[in-house]
Amino acid sequence: MSNTHTDAGQDVHVADSSTKTIWRTFWILLGITVFEILIALAHMQFHWPKLPVNSLFIILTIVKAFFIVAEFMHLGHEIKNLIMTVLMPLLLFVWFIIAFLADGDSWKNMRKDLAPGTYKAPEKAQVVTEGEGHHE
Amino acid sequence: MDTAVTAKKKWWSGGHSPFNVSYGKLMMWYFLLSDAFTFGALLISYGTIRFMSTSWPNPNDVFRSFPGLGDRHVPMGFVSLMTFILIMSSVTMVLAVHAGHQRRQKDVVKWMVWTIIGGIAFLSCQAWEWHHLWSEHAWWGKNPFPNADGTVATTNFTNFFFTITGFHGLHVTSGVVLNIVILSNVLKGTYENRGHYEMVEKVGLYWHFVDLVWVFVFTCFYLL
Repeated sequence: MSNTHTDAGQDVHVADSSTKTIWRTFWILLGITVFEILIALAHMQFHWPKLPVNSLFIILTIVKAFFIVAEFMHLGHEIKNLIMTVLMPLLLFVWFIIAFLADGDSWKNMRKDLAPGTYKAPEKAQVVTEGEGHHE
Repeated sequence: MDTAVTAKKKWWSGGHSPFNVSYGKLMMWYFLLSDAFTFGALLISYGTIRFMSTSWPNPNDVFRSFPGLGDRHVPMGFVSLMTFILIMSSVTMVLAVHAGHQRRQKDVVKWMVWTIIGGIAFLSCQAWEWHHLWSEHAWWGKNPFPNADGTVATTNFTNFFFTITGFHGLHVTSGVVLNIVILSNVLKGTYENRGHYEMVEKVGLYWHFVDLVWVFVFTCFYLL
């Protein structure tokens, strides 16, 4: 590994193997994001059922998070116990997420079921015509 | 030195960091963990309120403008650009850290400059988005967008949007400021003299965290 201060060409050659991993991770992240965008646009068009589409988004987001943390932040190459001290609280966090979303869902159903007769249907929104007086 | 039997390193018996990382880097990791809980709590409260609501505005009906394209509807367009910018700036940050490991000062400078430019570009985009929504009379406490089922929406939608993207924007801003400070140190040769570029790595961790949060914000507000 020469340390002569030649120009960029030499340095790029020296750095090549690990910059390859970096760029590979970039392409993976970009690919996943583009895929998510395409799914979102297609979903607008074809009105697929919400649950599988949203589940796909969540899974892809977690995959992206994994790559950012493991490769860009280098956690994947650290000592296993360090990885654990970061990962374990986050797994408990997943429990937190599921619990509160379930809570919100149950809340919504309770409002409907436990106060019969008092449920007031939300009012219809006034249809706003496009571009009415709003500048740009 | 033990050559006959490879002694397992006693990580917790003192004399070195048990995780083989410096104190500063470890503390940055744990700070990021705490910040992840803060953002997580905000996003979870958003999710809970949204799950509790009978209906919610459709993001593709709200976020569909693009600077310069006037009234054209480009759903997912602008936010895709913002996501791309932030991912790119994360890549340039990794390249800066990588150059630091190899003590290539000029390349550290180059890649950090690109990272800062990316950060400023993202903030500019977010500012445009905020201003555009504000000009459509959306703000904390004001929500002009109807629910997807046609009913009048509460202000939950805009309150959460501006609060969470605002909190994220604050982090991007502080990240840009930190990157500028560290860049000036790189230019001064502080890390050359110190013998290592670990400080670049530490702000790099913060910058990646900012990108990571955006990945989740993007999903929660624009995709789901």
